[in-house]
Amino acid sequence: MFQSRSFSQVVLVFSIVLMHSCNNAQPEATQKQNSASIEKKITINDIPVLDYEGLEPYLNFSNDTTYVINFWATWCKPCVEELPYFLALDKKMEGQKFKTILVSLDFPKQIEKKLVPYLNEHKIQPDVIVLDDPDSNSWIDKINPEWSGAIPATIVYRNDRNEFYEQSFESMEELEEIVDPFFK
Amino acid sequence: MKKYLLIFSIAISGAFLFHACGNAETSDTAKAAADMVGDKVGDAVKAVQVVNAEPGYKVGDKASDFKLKNIDGENYSLASLKEAKGYIVTFTCNSCPYSVMYEDRLIALHKKYEAMGYPVVAINPNDPEVKPADSFDKMIQRSKDKAFPFLYLFDENQEVYPAFGASRTPHVFILDKDLVVQYIGAIDDNAKDADAVKVNYVENAITSLEKGTKPNPDFTKAIGCSIKTKKS
Repeated sequence: MFQSRSFSQVVLVFSIVLMHSCNNAQPEATQKQNSASIEKKITINDIPVLDYEGLEPYLNFSNDTTYVINFWATWCKPCVEELPYFLALDKKMEGQKFKTILVSLDFPKQIEKKLVPYLNEHKIQPDVIVLDDPDSNSWIDKINPEWSGAIPATIVYRNDRNEFYEQSFESMEELEEIVDPFFK
Repeated sequence: MKKYLLIFSIAISGAFLFHACGNAETSDTAKAAADMVGDKVGDAVKAVQVVNAEPGYKVGDKASDFKLKNIDGENYSLASLKEAKGYIVTFTCNSCPYSVMYEDRLIALHKKYEAMGYPVVAINPNDPEVKPADSFDKMIQRSKDKAFPFLYLFDENQEVYPAFGASRTPHVFILDKDLVVQYIGAIDDNAKDADAVKVNYVENAITSLEKGTKPNPDFTKAIGCSIKTKKS
């Protein structure tokens, strides 16, 4: 039914138009990133891609630092909306025993095209790790049994004290409120 | 006919686009999907979500039936599906990359299991004021573009998803004929690569029900998108 010539022409035209727009997207992002960051530019080599086993040590450091672990992705709208609050808090806490780790659930194929440009464009300082482990049912409970698997999700921990939040944060102050008790 | 061809060709070229970008499962997918349905990307509406809706059904609970508007404009309840021996109730949406990745698998599930008495009943739980790509009109469009063979209902008052305890998209609840919840969780164990799936949770659950046994596992988790709602 769909083998008519007009049909294939329509498909061809649409494909070309769409592919063209797709190919254009990247150089634009790269240019932006070049002009924006004269300082150190993040490259794909700076981003570890880990399975759950590889990530686990980052969730279990035993020292006197307070860690904020945020699970996010560039495609997740509420995640990128709350990200500035994490960055602001990270900046504010500079010099203290505090570390932010951003665990991205971006797909490995997107690291170079989406994640790296995003990190450079937004001058993201905290460490970024990509968690790539498709069988999420096997590890979500290990991260926290309360987690349903929806992102964004955030852990604050220091040694054995561990708090988990499956929610978005609306301000840096809201985030500060959950981190402050770890310093008292 | 011409219009139909056009819609079909948009869907096909959409598929080309994902391929060209080398990522069948990412923001490009969502963006392209959103573009296809005419979404304004970067809309400044505030996205928030509720804390994991703790109350909600557990396996073994009897679900309450509901009445929701389908993309054809008619209201449907589970009881209105008179032939059904059970229901694959799936909270999903247009905009979440994980939902998009599972669209074709959801279509295949419905085609395979509706005949056996287990139709897919898709429900969009998102507030379109928070996520414009998940409006009722965009649901209609997406359903046309993908030729969804199943009901695609709109939880307009956001009352059904909290009753179920759905927290993400996609999120599946398999009910039996008496509306008793038999399985809650993921469709399978690999969202991004259908070819690499090792365990088909939903298929296995239905096979168990057909044999008169309990699904095992009857509860799984998966990464997904939070359900979009205005913060109260």
